[in-house]
Amino acid sequence: MTRINLTVDGAKVSDDVEPRTLLVHYLRETLGKTGTVVGCDTSNCGACTVHLDGKSVKSCNVLAVQADGADVTTIEGLAQDGELHPVQAAFHECHALQCGYCTPGMIMQSVDLLKDNPNPSEDEIRVGLEGNLCRCTGYHNIVRAVQTAAAGASEGGQA
Amino acid sequence: MTVTEDRPAAAGPAGEIGRDRRRKEDQRLITGRTRWTDNITLPGMLHMAMVRSPFAHAKIVSIDKSEAEAAPNVVGVFTGADLGESQGVLINAWPITPEQVAPVHLPMPADRVSFAGEIVAVVVARTAAEARDAAELVDVDYEELPAALDLKENAEDKVLAHPDLGTNKSALWVFDSAEAGTGGDVEEAITKARADGVVVEREFRQQRLIPAFMEPRSVVVDPTGEQNTMWSATQVPHILRFALAATTGVPESKIRVIAPDVGGGFGGKLQVTPEEWLTWCLARRIGKPVKYTETRSESLMAAHHGRDQWQKLTLAAEKDGTVTGLKVELLADLGSHVAVVGGGVPVLGAFMFNAIYKFPAYHFACQTVLSNKAWTDAYRGAGRPEATFGIERMMTELADVLGVDPLEVREKNWIKHDEFPFTTVAGLEYDSGNYEAATEKAKASFGYDELRAEQQRRRDAGDPVQLGIGVSTFTEMCGLAPSRVLGSLDYGAGGWEHASVRMLATGTVEIVTGASAHGQGHETAFSQIVADRLGVPFENVEVLHGDTQIAHKGLDTYGSRSLVVGGEALVKAADKVIEKAKPVAAHMLEASVDDIEFSAGTFTVRGTDQGVGIGDIAGAVFAAHDLPDGMEPSLDSEATYDPINFNYPHGTHLCAVEVDTETGQVQMRKYTCVDDIGNVINPLIVAGQVHGGLVQGIAQALFEEAVHDESGTLVSASFVDYLVPTAADLISFDVEHNTTPSLTNTLGTKGVGEAGTIASTPAVVNAVVDALRPFGVDDVVMPCTPERVWKAVHAKDGAAADGADPTTGAAAAHFDTQDTADRSAGQEGAGE
Repeated sequence: MTRINLTVDGAKVSDDVEPRTLLVHYLRETLGKTGTVVGCDTSNCGACTVHLDGKSVKSCNVLAVQADGADVTTIEGLAQDGELHPVQAAFHECHALQCGYCTPGMIMQSVDLLKDNPNPSEDEIRVGLEGNLCRCTGYHNIVRAVQTAAAGASEGGQA
Repeated sequence: MTVTEDRPAAAGPAGEIGRDRRRKEDQRLITGRTRWTDNITLPGMLHMAMVRSPFAHAKIVSIDKSEAEAAPNVVGVFTGADLGESQGVLINAWPITPEQVAPVHLPMPADRVSFAGEIVAVVVARTAAEARDAAELVDVDYEELPAALDLKENAEDKVLAHPDLGTNKSALWVFDSAEAGTGGDVEEAITKARADGVVVEREFRQQRLIPAFMEPRSVVVDPTGEQNTMWSATQVPHILRFALAATTGVPESKIRVIAPDVGGGFGGKLQVTPEEWLTWCLARRIGKPVKYTETRSESLMAAHHGRDQWQKLTLAAEKDGTVTGLKVELLADLGSHVAVVGGGVPVLGAFMFNAIYKFPAYHFACQTVLSNKAWTDAYRGAGRPEATFGIERMMTELADVLGVDPLEVREKNWIKHDEFPFTTVAGLEYDSGNYEAATEKAKASFGYDELRAEQQRRRDAGDPVQLGIGVSTFTEMCGLAPSRVLGSLDYGAGGWEHASVRMLATGTVEIVTGASAHGQGHETAFSQIVADRLGVPFENVEVLHGDTQIAHKGLDTYGSRSLVVGGEALVKAADKVIEKAKPVAAHMLEASVDDIEFSAGTFTVRGTDQGVGIGDIAGAVFAAHDLPDGMEPSLDSEATYDPINFNYPHGTHLCAVEVDTETGQVQMRKYTCVDDIGNVINPLIVAGQVHGGLVQGIAQALFEEAVHDESGTLVSASFVDYLVPTAADLISFDVEHNTTPSLTNTLGTKGVGEAGTIASTPAVVNAVVDALRPFGVDDVVMPCTPERVWKAVHAKDGAAADGADPTTGAAAAHFDTQDTADRSAGQEGAGE
């Protein structure tokens, strides 16, 4: 077992973990952060996407020990003070989710995408979300949601 | 009868119905406050891991469990021999013929495995990781047997999937319009067409697909308490409870099944599964809660697959393009066992091959066949996508043979809007539709004529990137289903749905539905319906579902049935609430019941301004201090609704693709659909259903295929190899509607959940083939991968159009020459 100390959704946590433990399993099983989910076993689906020190990662592709000392944000830590993050709000507004299983990862990836590129084209959004699979929406409304969030942010910036 | 524009709208202009309400479901899903089955943790809970056969067909010689049993924190290792009859048996609810041959379907066989992925041992341990580790230590000695892997060869019994059965042929299901009295003799029509008309003969492959819902299946069983509880990522909690009771001997009243948040299904979660049965069995045996969650690889390998047919189609027509007969001969791969719907899936297509066209003669024959692959069952559309693909490809081929536009030959043969209701050659009565209007609207939005002009320019210029335009004018039957119809088809259950409406004392309304949502948005749409019906605020309606102790009665969600069957049950229950409230209103208003009118949530005395709101009545009934003499103090009402007919959504889908003839790459250019799904409750949800449906159909056309190697191993058993399309593979869609309300339900609605998938596959393949017509190509096998497209282009290199009779096998690309092997892409490039 290896001791790790990290911050998850603003809270400091400290646990002994098996070195082989994946970050997603640590989040779900040790911390009860079940908002982050597992959708595959080959790092293809992106359902487990979280932010590690502000960058999106597939948490099935990171060992918990690699997150030692890091700041992790999951879907459960995205809304602040009861206010939805603009990307969360845009997903709701644009009906960008149906079953909702891919949604945590899709939102976390979209947030990261917009941080890198605040005014993406449709193609840039599609390529930026290529690592996240959705089976319900056909991506149409997910693209709209990211566009809507981007437009909202740029309006906010000009105001 | 014509379109019923004068039908009273279900709600006034200020009503909820027709509003693009944002979904109630979203808040928990976008913030991670979800309850997926795998999130459930109970005190003392144990975890299961499966040992699965790597062989498609093998005898189990011996299983050495000793090393696994000695592993840390392992509670037990169990084999089929250990569990015997205590594990129960899995059911087929639809034996399609009385003679159907079906192997006994044990959750875990003791002696022989019949597909790669079948469970041979189960490890139970204190953690999931320890169970998985120990599963690696179970030593199984197999004796490999020849595997039945090729559908056509299996139909000839070359290798037996189950040697003890003596045949792979499970059932032959036939419908003939001459015998049924619904039409003429198809052989006569074909003979006549061979003499003085046109005959189009084609053979199409419906490849094997995998539903690939995003949430892997998971099940938790808590054996403590008087009622044992199963949580499962299922579409069908009620059917699951029934089947558990029927096959394990546990009384139904002792079983509670809960489908909590369920992450997609698309038919893939309407199965009753070995994993559920084994978790149930072992939790009860050990006396502790047990959880099993599959990996994605296990899901792709062992959750049921879909489609997998050979379709041999013969279409007869007159020289002017008027169709005179259609003959359909199918081989359908059931997989290793006959699953819950099983052979019923291709049979559902029997009623849809004739589609929107006025065929005077029709013959359908489906031979279901066992194999040593995972069992097949419903996948979005279930039988109707296969049928729609077949007929929509054939109509396009007929147009090509005649040298006319594919829309022209369709228009010549489709049912006109003033011919409804129309009884089809398959015996169904289509209640409403307007194929002309939907097509006109689609052509205009799509820019059909402009794209045809561009196509011609590119052809003339010899552009290496050719433009193809595909057409699909589909219909489908949905709202499964009238119980009498199901009974006449030997299905084991009915097709009704149940609902109840509970008026709470504080003015809120709980509605309970037997439909079990897993992404469709029932909580929102059903709230809109009841809010309008009862005149209460949308926010005050709460929808409860997916727990057999709360929604005690139901038949669940599949077959585009929730709104058209479940929604109608809700309407009827709400109407009963209003009827129960009227005497109370009369009593409170000191008027005669006969003078009470109800509108927008308020009961009034006719001709006066006196009124009382339904919420106040609910409060008065709760207090029960002053009710009419003898009145039961409750407004709560239930209704069970059995539909009188299916309903028949239709639409015109137009697809443009750009095909790079040098690389074989197919790029979506534009996709326009105009669907007629009757009245729309929530346009936002409807659009979402269409988008997602389209992509699953497009994925069949271009990307997805379950591929097995020569020994029967599924080689596309991860998301690396099974190509669920990504955002980058797709485009945005132009989704529009034309509305003719259904006449078979109060709300005038039709199903929408499967429409996109049913329509889009032939639209895309027709577009790909259309792009390649100048190269003499008349088919590309699905999925139309770059390799297959490239080979199709180059198969005719240097060969001028040979002018062969298009009705002969030699000219029909795959008619007799098809390599039937299910292996990887490429060898079937069209046109030999």
